[in-house]
Amino acid sequence: MFIYADNAATTKMSRTAIEAMLPFLDGYYGNPSSLYAAGQKAKEALESARADIARCIGADPREIIFTSGGSESDNQAVLSAAFAGAGKGKKHIVSDTIEHHAVLHTLKKLEREGFEITLVPVGENGIVRAEDIKAAIRDDTCLVTVMYANNEIGTIQPVKEIGAVCRERGVVFHTDAVQAVGHIPVDVNADNIDLLSASAHKFRGPKGVGFLYARRGVRLYNLIEGGAQERGKRAGTENVAGIAAMSAALKEAVGNMEANSKKLCSLRDRLIKGLSEIPHSALNGDANRRLPSNVNFCFEGIEGESLLLLLDDKGICASSGSACTSGSLDPSHVLLAIGRVHDVAHGSLRLTPGEDATEAEIDYIIDSVKEVVERLRGFSPVWRDLVAGKKEFIL
Amino acid sequence: MALYSEKVMDHFRNPRNVGVIENADGVGEVGNAKCGDIMKMYLKIDGGVITDVKFETFGCASAVASSSMATELIKGQPVEEAMRLTNKAVAEALDGLPDYKMHCSVLAEEAIKNALDDYYAKHPELKKE
Repeated sequence: MFIYADNAATTKMSRTAIEAMLPFLDGYYGNPSSLYAAGQKAKEALESARADIARCIGADPREIIFTSGGSESDNQAVLSAAFAGAGKGKKHIVSDTIEHHAVLHTLKKLEREGFEITLVPVGENGIVRAEDIKAAIRDDTCLVTVMYANNEIGTIQPVKEIGAVCRERGVVFHTDAVQAVGHIPVDVNADNIDLLSASAHKFRGPKGVGFLYARRGVRLYNLIEGGAQERGKRAGTENVAGIAAMSAALKEAVGNMEANSKKLCSLRDRLIKGLSEIPHSALNGDANRRLPSNVNFCFEGIEGESLLLLLDDKGICASSGSACTSGSLDPSHVLLAIGRVHDVAHGSLRLTPGEDATEAEIDYIIDSVKEVVERLRGFSPVWRDLVAGKKEFIL
Repeated sequence: MALYSEKVMDHFRNPRNVGVIENADGVGEVGNAKCGDIMKMYLKIDGGVITDVKFETFGCASAVASSSMATELIKGQPVEEAMRLTNKAVAEALDGLPDYKMHCSVLAEEAIKNALDDYYAKHPELKKE
């Protein structure tokens, strides 16, 4: 048995995306900046990918910049708005506590350079409130950055309302939509978005390629200087094969979105129902306002890395927000932000099945998790103390 | 390269000496749930020799494997010998641990020393200088 249930980490490339990539690896390998036909063929593919991607999110092709992925897009978006703001004496940025590190660490860097950062807290359900963003905006706020959907707990943020608040106050609005694009409907106009980051490998495209949407009139700061590619906003010979594959993957994902989403939501809810039967466990994040494939649980009395390795033995790929898996001493900042205490946050499990998963596989996952949690609790001194009443259950 | 050695995975998948000893002669507990690692060791000591040892661990695979290996290393050993167990010996017996997981072997050493301290506290007359 092999079940890949870590699609929020990365996805298997779709056959369509692989096919779309191949011609640019051996046939049309010309540099899009070259004048001869072989180069111009690559240029055509680039522009057609740009138009297709723009259409998928309701943008104009001129508003799409190709990048190396989500982190680069996040960095460029945040720094662009910050530096443009600083030029007008505006050095305050509003964000929230559950952003991806690509945003949070960029904000930290800006803070060291004299910017003021306000991180709005989220509720226990992991949702940012538009009214909290509104209250945090000041006259010197130059950027609001709130993710479209959270990578760990899958909560979908009220982006449209937050965007409306920003528009009303004349503040640039960026959203890290890495987990959303290709999975749930995203429309930069309807959602009042000025800057948006996306990454191909999260929607079955290749790794190492992504894009940044920048509304016309929003000034961009260059992270990479050099040639005049991407209208002078991102130097470096374009990853033509990767971009062609990204566009093919996105078109496919958007085309199948309704069917995939319906199927995944049903599998997700089956998984949530099954795992909820485990005593002293809790779902992390809002039960309804969440990504179609995201399931995230905390199990009391056990540690996440052990859980992952025993699941791996059963052929299940999953992830956890425990300290041991994050490479730091603290468990996931997202779980702490929604009020999970350290003891419990160490025992978290994220499962993000793909659209080709079956009900039988979901049931196998449920049975496996139940078995593994029971096994680990069997030799956990924490669990013994909880059961003996020496410590109080949190969940 | 895999995250852990085969030995670590073996001791994690099939931990030796798991469990509790009722009326143990020495019990030690180290770590805390906040950091994500707790180890508890139970010792049965007869005539200055560790005749039985059991452990319970809340933590990652290397924490489980370190406790398991530590119990194997001291079982049947004289108390004085067990007192000299080092975290390095535990890590080496496991064919090494990743650098950032070395603290797991330290916890195992400390858990055993903690249990031996408990034993000596109950039998102060046995403590040799």
